[in-house]
Amino acid sequence: MSGAAVLDTAPNATAQGLLGDPELWHCIQCGTCSGICPFGYLMDFPPSKMIAALRSETYQKVMAADTVWMCIACSACTTACPTKIPITVNLMSRTKEELLLEGNIPSELQAALENSQRYGNPMGESPRKRTQWIQETDQVPFMGKDTREADILWFVGDYPSFHTGVQPTARAFARLLNALGVNFAILGNDEQSDGDSQRLAGERGLFEMLAEKNARAFGKYTFNMIVTTDPHAYNAFKNAYPELDIRYPAQHYTQFLAERLEQLKPLLKRELQAKVTYHDPCYLGRVNGVYDEPRALLSAIPGITLVEMVHNRSTSLCCGGGGGGMWMDGFQWEKAGVRLSEWRVREAVRAGADILAVACPYEKPRFEDATKTVKGADKLLVKDLSELLADAME
Amino acid sequence: MNQDIFVLVEHLRGQVADITYVALAQAQSLAVETGGKVIAVLFGGNAVELSKNLAADMVLHVESPVLAEYTCDAYASALTGLIKEKSPRAVLMGDTTMGAEVAGVLSARLGMPLISNCVSIKGGKFSAKICGGKMMVEGELPAEPVLVAMVPGGFRVEQGQAAKAPEIKTSPVPDLSGVRVAFKQYVEPEGGDIDITTQKILVGVGRGLQNGDNLELAEELAEALGGAVCASRPVVDQGWLPTTRLVGKSGKAIKPKLYLALGISGAPEHTETITGSEMIIAVNTDPAAPIFDLAKYGAEVDMLDLMPALSEAVRKAKGG
Amino acid sequence: MKIVVPVQLVPDLVEELVVDKSGKALDLDTVRWIISEPDDHAIEQAILMKEKSGGEVIILAPDFEGVDDVLFAAAAKGADRLVKITGDFESGLNAHALARALQPLVKDMNPDLVLTGVQTHNGLDGPIGALLAEYLQMPYIGYVSGVSVQGNKALISKDYPGGLKAEMEVSLPAVLGVSSAESAPRYVPISKIRMVMKTSKVEEQDAGDLDLSGAAVVTRMSPPESAERATMITGKVDDVAAKIVAIIQEQGLL
Repeated sequence: MSGAAVLDTAPNATAQGLLGDPELWHCIQCGTCSGICPFGYLMDFPPSKMIAALRSETYQKVMAADTVWMCIACSACTTACPTKIPITVNLMSRTKEELLLEGNIPSELQAALENSQRYGNPMGESPRKRTQWIQETDQVPFMGKDTREADILWFVGDYPSFHTGVQPTARAFARLLNALGVNFAILGNDEQSDGDSQRLAGERGLFEMLAEKNARAFGKYTFNMIVTTDPHAYNAFKNAYPELDIRYPAQHYTQFLAERLEQLKPLLKRELQAKVTYHDPCYLGRVNGVYDEPRALLSAIPGITLVEMVHNRSTSLCCGGGGGGMWMDGFQWEKAGVRLSEWRVREAVRAGADILAVACPYEKPRFEDATKTVKGADKLLVKDLSELLADAME
Repeated sequence: MNQDIFVLVEHLRGQVADITYVALAQAQSLAVETGGKVIAVLFGGNAVELSKNLAADMVLHVESPVLAEYTCDAYASALTGLIKEKSPRAVLMGDTTMGAEVAGVLSARLGMPLISNCVSIKGGKFSAKICGGKMMVEGELPAEPVLVAMVPGGFRVEQGQAAKAPEIKTSPVPDLSGVRVAFKQYVEPEGGDIDITTQKILVGVGRGLQNGDNLELAEELAEALGGAVCASRPVVDQGWLPTTRLVGKSGKAIKPKLYLALGISGAPEHTETITGSEMIIAVNTDPAAPIFDLAKYGAEVDMLDLMPALSEAVRKAKGG
Repeated sequence: MKIVVPVQLVPDLVEELVVDKSGKALDLDTVRWIISEPDDHAIEQAILMKEKSGGEVIILAPDFEGVDDVLFAAAAKGADRLVKITGDFESGLNAHALARALQPLVKDMNPDLVLTGVQTHNGLDGPIGALLAEYLQMPYIGYVSGVSVQGNKALISKDYPGGLKAEMEVSLPAVLGVSSAESAPRYVPISKIRMVMKTSKVEEQDAGDLDLSGAAVVTRMSPPESAERATMITGKVDDVAAKIVAIIQEQGLL
């Protein structure tokens, strides 16, 4: 009797859905994805075994395991796959979506999702405090209050807005925008989480809700382009919002500044005698191919020596914060007993760097934390690129 | 109505709850104003043992198999009879797992107004703490007989303790045949670790602990205070304490009455989960540590020096 | 098994609390309402019991801003009926008044069990469960963290401090004040809530005239005095220890 009855159950419904995805059938079971996955070694079902389980109709075993929550959506698997299967989005996040619909998610992630639902930010901060990072001298105009029209809509992002360790990124970028004479404005307290990490953590409905709210805010004003201080937001606007028919040209701030490098260069007067290594954020580098602009910006700072870590550009190691990893530190620590941020900081130390330069707001608190526990990293400074640039201006 | 003040004695497994002494201290101060007596109402248990240091003018003891262990139903029934008979000015109890519900039932049953979350009553005015301690409210003490459920803060435990045992008067057993709840048994806390989210007093240790051997000092302090030890991430990452004791974004959010943050700098990952604490006392050698922005009190000393000294001082204070 | 779950919304403490012009109450324009945490556990407990042995779960909530979201979230978890209690709550609502308003509604529903949160953080006149129980002439047990129904009785697990629990038997119908459900309140994906919003209906019941008696009158509300930065305790280690002990004693914690 089992056949038909079993097919009605949720795990197999997932399997049916995934099996209908022709791209997954191209898998040659080479295992590259599972090998390159930073947590693949401790997953009961790393990506290639998930696909094998699909084909052998034993996907319920995958659904019963909880190790898919070790996936930090870093896209290393997708980038390395020889048959170009979009593993991160089509397999990992789809599976997370199904687990989430069954209510089977780590409690830490649940809290971040509930916060995003309720407050529009994953940390559960009051939305009325979104602009509290702004100090009197910062000169940041608000859409609505100060203007209804600007050349650039700056989408600040959750962590630069709320996280005291990342707020310097936002303040530095405000200085850069003003120094370059850019006509810009921010949404202020109307800004909502971009929702991209929530989407990759399996909460698609929440992503759509947040995107719709942001779209309503965008729609009220006139601007030519969105520039954001968060690569996850950049990825959302570039790749995910268009699927919901929300289309705006968008740039990450490193792209925006790199285009104005000639104008910026004369402003960078203060020398910084330091060895700097740059960490490619997953959602700027691997996923969206932005590798050169951040390096060009760093090279423009007088005195800097740029050194590369062993893993760089498309092979960059994830800080561990993507795909909901930012909100599952406890869960992942219990499973792994290691932190990806520590691996990365160790590489920066090995590269002989004085400064680890970052361009994603998830990274600064994670790497800073890691410098406290990695041997020999106590002198390593973690700085956002915007801070290094702003510091180089007089 | 006469001017006497009743205090319901809350006891569990032979131990009188601290809040009972706090309520007695409040009752003493209130009785001076009203000119009445403080009468401790004790149900079940060993009356001589339980009342030996109650700061009351008299203990009314009611003994019945139905009152051997606490149930709201039985306590409320027994107290109903006593209140009707003696019509006290006020009936005080703890706003606790016992007192809160007894007060609620009695308020509905007897039509007596109820003040819960009450910190103190002075000069005919009550003050109470609501919204997780974020708001204080004040008002006139109602003129009619009133029920009060107390929280700590207004009086100290020892103010409700007396050197001499009060006189015990045994009260006749009321009719308890209508009681609808029966106590079955106690279930001990499961093995495994304590739950730091429900602890009233927490001693949090951070990087300032320096090494795992020093944890003993923190454990000793927590024991003296009747609390538990928790930690920020570096301590847990080193394996000095299990993850169950981790306070922070990747661990647990805490809401104790007192959080003693020792050698914790106060990174957002930690501090965003301690804001539910009613009072934070921070100890750190770094005067610029952000934890001092959240704490009510701070001290710029080495936690390793402070812990043994504080344990000793606490033991002394408790020992009388 | 019919389980009625009255829940309440309380000011969300994530937002700063502001006292209104009267100086006696919160400025409602600045309040963001959220389901009272123990009430969320009461809903979860009811759903868990329904999933285990079937039955009907009815959620009742007074009409505050955001009440529909609370009701729909409960429906997405598995609640069968949603009832919004309407009335003039802005000028003041307390536990006594709400319990009195709930009494006839709950009585008509003829429940086997009433589950509600054991307390609300803004309550000044006792737990609503205890009041409602008495108005309904039902027994009450608060700080409940486990329920198992056997015939017309239920075995209850009641929490005491320090992790100790007591097992009590209560005859049904009864009112229970839930402090924590047997498992933590589940996550409801937005897609499920959106689906439920299309298919569920919210009934409305009028609270009638509120009888606020039973609570003391508040004449002043104010935030507790707090320093922006810690008051520093100075001196040698032994002095610091002595001062800390004094502070702890003042708090009534020693």
